[in-house]
Amino acid sequence: MADKINKGHNFKSLNRRKFLKGAAIGLMSMALPLNKANASFWEAFFQKHFREMTNDELKAAIKRLEREYKDKYKIDFDIKTTKPLPGVLFGYGLDISRCIGCRRCVYACVRENNQSRDPQIHWITVLRFKKGEKWVSNLEEAEKYYYPDRVPEEGYFYVPVQCQQCENPPCVKVCPTQATWKDRDGIVVIDYNWCIGCRYCMAACPYGARHFNWGEPRIRGEELNRKVHYLGNRPRYRGVVEKCTFCIQRTREGRYPACVEICPVGARKFGNLLDPKSEIRYCIEKKRVFRLKEDLNTFPKFYYFFAT
Amino acid sequence: MIDIKKNRIIYIGLIILLLVLSANVTADDESPEFPVPPPPFSEGIFPCSECHADMEVNETPRELEFHENIKLKHFDGWCFDCHNPTNRDTLRLASGKVISFKESEFLCGQCHGTIFRDWKAGVHGKRTGMWNGKKEYRLCVHCHWPHEPRFKPIKPLPPPVRPEDIKYRKLQTDQIPENPLNRIIKEGIR
Repeated sequence: MADKINKGHNFKSLNRRKFLKGAAIGLMSMALPLNKANASFWEAFFQKHFREMTNDELKAAIKRLEREYKDKYKIDFDIKTTKPLPGVLFGYGLDISRCIGCRRCVYACVRENNQSRDPQIHWITVLRFKKGEKWVSNLEEAEKYYYPDRVPEEGYFYVPVQCQQCENPPCVKVCPTQATWKDRDGIVVIDYNWCIGCRYCMAACPYGARHFNWGEPRIRGEELNRKVHYLGNRPRYRGVVEKCTFCIQRTREGRYPACVEICPVGARKFGNLLDPKSEIRYCIEKKRVFRLKEDLNTFPKFYYFFAT
Repeated sequence: MIDIKKNRIIYIGLIILLLVLSANVTADDESPEFPVPPPPFSEGIFPCSECHADMEVNETPRELEFHENIKLKHFDGWCFDCHNPTNRDTLRLASGKVISFKESEFLCGQCHGTIFRDWKAGVHGKRTGMWNGKKEYRLCVHCHWPHEPRFKPIKPLPPPVRPEDIKYRKLQTDQIPENPLNRIIKEGIR
């Protein structure tokens, strides 16, 4: 009796371990999208992490992306991978006493950074508060859909919020694929080819600065900005997270961000925190600056102030 | 004897130090160049001398006939607190110094000293160009009309779509919404 059972067992030779192995391999192969035959897909699939790629690998990846974008948008994109400038740590200043809440910055950012027009994504949100009311701790309850005929309105003030480029960014800590990280010049960047769209970073961000592409991003062809950076304003995919990068494609070449240049009242200030002569250092030293949600120890590099 | 010699050296040293310091001070006093675009004159209004050369100077405050759009809402003053009566194509500081319209910031800076200080540092007012290099400044009068300097309210751009209104729909390329900024840029932005 005992022999028989043993023999039967040997004959089948499928024990629990083998079964699990087989099942795992089977499931994995199901997960691989074998129906996509084109080489570009597999190149993208096996693309290394941005910071681990050699120069040649990076060049190949950029070439592939430019080809993909050309197929998709019928436009030649110029994708830069400009590295951080040495001795630079970017900081931003915003003068709340000047801001009139006109939202020019919101749409200049949309234009510069190729955000999806429909479904709509904005990297900057302008909050409106009543003067004299408690506000710093109640950002979530602020009005952001105001639309009067003329701004500024009597009795209100406006606080634009975008990515605060934290020195201690909670969004980076939670990313399971290291698709987002803080670069040496202090900009928190995202590699859209590594983002898996889990949205942990959106849950972690206390400023609501990260936005998700729920649908395929759609932009009119003639409105596309073709001067892009790999970590910044290149066209995104459905299912990836995006956010403000201080216009990485401009600022790493020495230019001001788009929101600074559009602001009709000059409320937005930008510069190098490590340069004692920069505009942002002047603001920090001469004005009474504060940062949003300082108690969370995120150490934003985005300074608000009321200038006189 | 030795003491006097020592003192002499100290005096000479002090004099040299003073010279060096004063040289530094004068170097700081020289105002640096602020690259600004030309002043925003209304069309056909400049040079002022084209009309004013033959006119007599009338110093009594009154309702203006030709410049009917100018109702001074700035301070309790009159034209010649800023304009130069003897050469209309220039401005005149309180000190009597005559300056060109291209450097009118010095005129505003007479009263608005703290703002002027911020402006020179690049903090008051709008800057474009390079954060680490060449910047373009703007004169005070590019944003503040000197006769009524308060910033005029402007129309805001549309608010974001509410989350409950975001629907993924099928769209033709020409149905994708246009960036509302385009319209403003066409009309000319302040």
